[in-house]
Amino acid sequence: MKVRLLYFAVLRDIAGKGEEVIELPEGTRAADVWSGLRAKHRELSRYERPPLTAVNENYVPADQLLRDGDEVAFIPPVAGG
Amino acid sequence: MTFLTDSPIDSEELAQRVMRPSDGACVVFEGVVRDHHEGKRVESILYDAYRPMAEKEIAKILHDINTRFPQVAIAVTHRLGALTVGEASIVIACASPHRGEAFEACRMMIDRFKQTVPIWKKESGPGGEEWVGWQK
Repeated sequence: MKVRLLYFAVLRDIAGKGEEVIELPEGTRAADVWSGLRAKHRELSRYERPPLTAVNENYVPADQLLRDGDEVAFIPPVAGG
Repeated sequence: MTFLTDSPIDSEELAQRVMRPSDGACVVFEGVVRDHHEGKRVESILYDAYRPMAEKEIAKILHDINTRFPQVAIAVTHRLGALTVGEASIVIACASPHRGEAFEACRMMIDRFKQTVPIWKKESGPGGEEWVGWQK
């Protein structure tokens, strides 16, 4: 299956891009995608779990099962206002 | 309805938008870029957002506040992009027949906003740049 991974704020800086489409095996959970990012980027080493996770523009638990076509975004600590 | 803008916010326009003839109070809150954060000098802030999700989260908060304070009319706008010291990043206007609920609704709006809306800020100053809240 394919999911669209969006990068914002510090994660966009770390990934060096705003988004990408990634191919994943069925049964992948959002937290697995985060583990993959951590393996790629040592700047994420402090965060064993994603700060917050959003799928299709809604907050979800990090262990949410992903489905084909999902839009996934890991949400760094928010600082609006 | 959009709650995000890339331009300076007109707080007077927000107040005008919510005021009704039956209102006796209008509370306007402006969140403003300050020149320091945790002992460091700040010269500018870059605001980033997950725009469609931020719009939805703000709408959810407004819905909750409308349920809790049905007599309060409320408007909110958050600015994105590069802001300098003294500029407003957020303006909230709450109008109500009496001041109590207007103050309470305004407080609840800004407090909830800071907890869940996917907006981020990168502070810049003489010491460099930093995404606020991110632990390196």
